Amino acid sequence: MAKQLAKGNEAAVKAAVAAGCRAFYGYPITPASEIADAAAVYFPAAGGVFLQAESEVAAINMVYGAAATGVRVMSASSGPGISLMQEGFSYLAGAELPCVVVDVMRGGPGLGNILPEQGDYHQVVKGGGHGNYRTLVLAPDSVQEMADFTALAFDLADEYRNPVVVLADGSIGQMMEPVQFPAPRPVRAAPPWAVTGERATRHNLITSIHLEAEDLEGHLRSLEAKYRRAEQREVRAESWRIEDAEIILVGYGIVGRILKAVVGQGRHHGLALGLLRPITLYPFPKARLRALAARAQAFVVVELSNGQMVEDVRLAVEGRRPVEFLGRMGGSLPSAEEVLAFVEEEVFSHA
Amino acid sequence: MADRGSVELNSEECKGCGLCVEACPPKVLKLSARFNQYGYHPAEYTGAGCTGCGICFFACPEPGGITVLRLAA
Amino acid sequence: MPEYAPVHAKPHCFYERYERKAELQHQTHYCPGCGHGIVHKLLAQAIDGLGIQDRTILVSPVGCSVFAYYYFDVGNIQVAHGRAPAVATAVKRSRPESIVISYQGDGDLAAIGSAEILHAANRGELITVIFVNNAIYGMTGGQMAPTTLLGMKTTTSPQGRTAAGEGFPIHVCELLASLEAPAFIERVALGNNQQIMRAARVLRRALENQVKGAGFSFVEVLAQCPTVWGMQPVEAQKFVREKMTGTFALGNFRDRRG
Repeated sequence: MAKQLAKGNEAAVKAAVAAGCRAFYGYPITPASEIADAAAVYFPAAGGVFLQAESEVAAINMVYGAAATGVRVMSASSGPGISLMQEGFSYLAGAELPCVVVDVMRGGPGLGNILPEQGDYHQVVKGGGHGNYRTLVLAPDSVQEMADFTALAFDLADEYRNPVVVLADGSIGQMMEPVQFPAPRPVRAAPPWAVTGERATRHNLITSIHLEAEDLEGHLRSLEAKYRRAEQREVRAESWRIEDAEIILVGYGIVGRILKAVVGQGRHHGLALGLLRPITLYPFPKARLRALAARAQAFVVVELSNGQMVEDVRLAVEGRRPVEFLGRMGGSLPSAEEVLAFVEEEVFSHA
Repeated sequence: MADRGSVELNSEECKGCGLCVEACPPKVLKLSARFNQYGYHPAEYTGAGCTGCGICFFACPEPGGITVLRLAA
Repeated sequence: MPEYAPVHAKPHCFYERYERKAELQHQTHYCPGCGHGIVHKLLAQAIDGLGIQDRTILVSPVGCSVFAYYYFDVGNIQVAHGRAPAVATAVKRSRPESIVISYQGDGDLAAIGSAEILHAANRGELITVIFVNNAIYGMTGGQMAPTTLLGMKTTTSPQGRTAAGEGFPIHVCELLASLEAPAFIERVALGNNQQIMRAARVLRRALENQVKGAGFSFVEVLAQCPTVWGMQPVEAQKFVREKMTGTFALGNFRDRRG
């Protein structure tokens, strides 16, 4: 199939339908609203369910209900709505229900604004709900990846029986680019654990309760084993001109694209820059960063936030090398020149 | 003449709440003076006068606490 | 010897033994005289009577009935506090052939879940909602509920609920009856034999409505909580009959057949 011009938000919906998802429950919020708009068209057209919920709290619990019956289901929102969904993420993870949620990040805290930011990293990657759980997180840097990662997210959600978040930002959600959509896949059968309202699944139970200490600890250890498996198998990151790099730039999503320009310009000026762009924010590419720390001189982390992912970079580097941070907030994106100047000032001038 | 009904009470499921005793129209149920293994005074049938109306079954909060029987035709 | 045959016995859709504490697997976890046990039995009778055990999915809430899945041998989904109608919405829309029961208490449905119930009702979801109103938070130890009667003392209204301080008890049936979509709304009680038998018929009706596709069906059951009310079970039943029905009028608020 030829490439189609699509907005990031629309691409997520088309890719979800292609991945065999037939259920969408959501609540409008800028800059994610086009996801609900597109879902209201494409899901019913594919014979699926679209429902606008009364709140994000209701939406994520509808996701819980649909997932419990064994269908592929998704929702989408932005920071304030993701905050409300955190209750649901905790229950979904506890009950081991697969689902996909797209977070098109905006400025915060509070209402903040509707411009692109990356301030949801902590609440999404660290798990903003209660209890011992993780969400798997994929960060696209383009409309193509918005499509690809949404489709991938469904497979990961099924594989790990866990919520998966596609963590985009307002710029990825709103931009239009040519996309090669994945080939449509058939709707998969309900997994054996689902409660489908049929005799064969009558004894199935979906719950997150484990009353006895040893029962709950056993459950949590099995969740942990699952997360360790994901950490071994699912880490994804893009390396860009990294082989001979002395300074490693680290940024995800839209920032990664800016940093590619920085690498090009820096190298033009004789600076040996390279980029590591984490694609899975959980599991985080810790080992890659640790290996790079053995030979690179320093790391520069750039985020559209007050410095959230940088904490994970510092944990991975374990103090072996300096890790500098440049953050822009409120909806401003750093220019390549600004980042390059920061690198020259903070890193090379101190070297 | 035989009673129209009879009732079987599961004394180990019974928590002695007394709702069946209260509900019984002919008043043929009572709480036993003895304790069951959980320390409740379980309900028991006095042994005669049951009409088989079934009210006690519906009033009993325990799923299998009471079985109501009727005289076979 | 005369031959007797059982006419009322433990419903089939209850599990034979309950997967809970080893020594208590033949008993419910409910306190003696608890209204939930009676509602469970009436509901189980209705499921058996309609022959829908295989198709039924029970959505259990948070509160004392959180463990409803111990007892009902049907598909079971346990959910977050207040969210049962939202979950049930998606269950039914995902599996239209299933019979979906959303079971909630008063704190769950009328406080934290007030938005979810209102909107599920307003959408006319093809589900059956059982609302057990005992005017108290039982599981957490006796706090004030949105349906606590005026003057009733609870751990969080120790001087008794006042209209000025805590507001009036919420009348959920009347609220929902202001909406166009619901097909069936009725308030019943467990205050005496007649009320219990009426509740049995109404619960069955509310399920039958779903089988027939009639629409959103809602049953509020005024029930006793002897332990937290600090009353003997028979005394608590009398309180339902004499006090609760004074605040919450029994009756049908909507009956639109499909």
